[in-house]
Amino acid sequence: MNNSEIINVKDLTKRFPMGLSEFTALSGINLTFSKGEFSGVVGPSGSGKTTLLNIIGLLDNPSDGDAIILGNSSKDLSPGKAALMRRRHMGFIFQTYNLLPVYTVFENTEFPLLLLKMTSGEREKAVHEALEWVGLTDKIKSRPAQLSGGECQRVAIARAMVKHPEIVLADEPTANLDADNSHHILKTMEKLNNELKTTFIFATHDDKVISYLKRKITLIDGKVSHDETVKQ
Amino acid sequence: MLAFKLAFKNLMGAGLRTWLNVFVLSLALFMIVFQSGVIEGWNRQAKRDMINWEVGGGEYWHELYDPYDPLSLNDGHGNLPAEIGQLCRDGQAVPVLVTQASVYPEGRMRNILMKGIDPSQNIIQMPTADLKVDSAVINALIGTRMAKATRLGMGDLVTIRWRDANGTFDAAEIRIAGIFHTNVPEIDNNQVWVSLDNLQKMTGIGDQVTYIILKQGLISVPTVPGWIHKGYDSLFMEIDTIIKAKGVGGIVVYIILLSLALLAVFDTQVLTIFRRQKEIGTYVALGMTRWQVVWLFTVEGAMHSILSVIAAAVWGTPILYMVAKKGFGMPKGIEGYGLTIAEKIFPAYAAGTIITMTLIILITTTIVSFIPSRKIAGMKPTEALRGKIQ
Repeated sequence: MNNSEIINVKDLTKRFPMGLSEFTALSGINLTFSKGEFSGVVGPSGSGKTTLLNIIGLLDNPSDGDAIILGNSSKDLSPGKAALMRRRHMGFIFQTYNLLPVYTVFENTEFPLLLLKMTSGEREKAVHEALEWVGLTDKIKSRPAQLSGGECQRVAIARAMVKHPEIVLADEPTANLDADNSHHILKTMEKLNNELKTTFIFATHDDKVISYLKRKITLIDGKVSHDETVKQ
Repeated sequence: MLAFKLAFKNLMGAGLRTWLNVFVLSLALFMIVFQSGVIEGWNRQAKRDMINWEVGGGEYWHELYDPYDPLSLNDGHGNLPAEIGQLCRDGQAVPVLVTQASVYPEGRMRNILMKGIDPSQNIIQMPTADLKVDSAVINALIGTRMAKATRLGMGDLVTIRWRDANGTFDAAEIRIAGIFHTNVPEIDNNQVWVSLDNLQKMTGIGDQVTYIILKQGLISVPTVPGWIHKGYDSLFMEIDTIIKAKGVGGIVVYIILLSLALLAVFDTQVLTIFRRQKEIGTYVALGMTRWQVVWLFTVEGAMHSILSVIAAAVWGTPILYMVAKKGFGMPKGIEGYGLTIAEKIFPAYAAGTIITMTLIILITTTIVSFIPSRKIAGMKPTEALRGKIQ
């Protein structure tokens, strides 16, 4: 693994039990991701995009093969250590935002920092900075129910970015958004990628997202069919 | 600390669901404290009434006297021993003679106990001064229960029949010179009180007495051959047994009340975990371990009990205080139950009971919150995030 490589997926296979038989979601995947990439796993529904993202995000384990994340093999990580890795080094952005409904915008953004046991002063500064990135400083006291879909996803981005993680995994981040909001969100993420050199990996089949990607990995039936760098 | 902060936030955010559980739990706590307060209040009041009206500071019984064995009355009396006689003369004790008799109110026979007591005594609260009235007929004192049962009123004359020391039946008319009201049925039901002098003359047994009531606060009591000293342990045995039985009955009620409240918390937890699967998945994705999430949900459930204690203190304390001040009315006719119980009970709330019940509620709520929360540890975060766990 060279120095800029932060994710190395080797011969990865994932099977799920389905009644008495098994369903192979991913088969023999070999991929590497370098620091600062703005890449996406694309493909039709059921092609294994989310499964791959879950394994990279240490939310799931491979059936065979390995995923080495920031030098740590997923095979060697206990659930506790995996949680620690997610806490320190990863941010997640979900299709349905997954904001905590009873918390305000500030508190939702602050949550990852609470887990990192940062002081209140440090937290406040970091949350304000993150909300400035996404342009939501005026909604600091609002709750998710008071926000539009686009605003909710911007809060989710702020929450993912507030701790300056090495990796952000975004699963269909624009699926619930209209075109304007989608472009706004994507531009925000692109800007953060340029400024902070955070590695973004998307799972998507949305053309709007695909148009922003610098690297496009196409999955079909659980296998990599294309892996191409897009010229901007 | 983080779990407590987050749990509190989540509980407040849950709104009405939280407050319904808190109210049910606080109601259970209130009812338990109230009921145990009533029982404790009854216990104290009953003993206080017994001391004031019946047993004073303790009693000496003739060694053959057994209040539950009518046959013992023939022989269960003796001359006042010198040591106790001195106490009686000093106003530190009062002797009582007990004999069987029958009265015939409205021509119907009623078996009773005729008791003789010194009219000038001030050891117990019975208004025995009414027995002093100088009259050709024998003055008698009865309680309200006896008056009600026999339909006797003040100034009524009634025939009474008894056996004297030789076993001969004798009869006379007594006049009801006083009717006293007491919460202690043991000195009222089927009893007629006359002056000790009268009764000793009527029975012809000289200066003999059956038992002696000591003054409250008498520190040292002499050992007297042929007489058995009865302290509070012995004299309160019956009421202690009743209170204990009521206490056990109370525990059953507490368990039912608490179980209902805990069932509500348990149901809420099960429903919460089912409804908040995505949130659980999000917590894990954000870096919490599954056991941290279990702990968070357990604390959330357990916090219902903390809020319920605060809520019970806020709305329950004024009610408990008011009832303790004004008393809790017992059902009409309670005096006919044969128990030493007042028409109004003033609950006495023991700090120990409140602390114990609070701890029990805290612990049990934590347990019933943990049981469903445990399931989170076995959840796959990927499925939780999709909300697909059944």
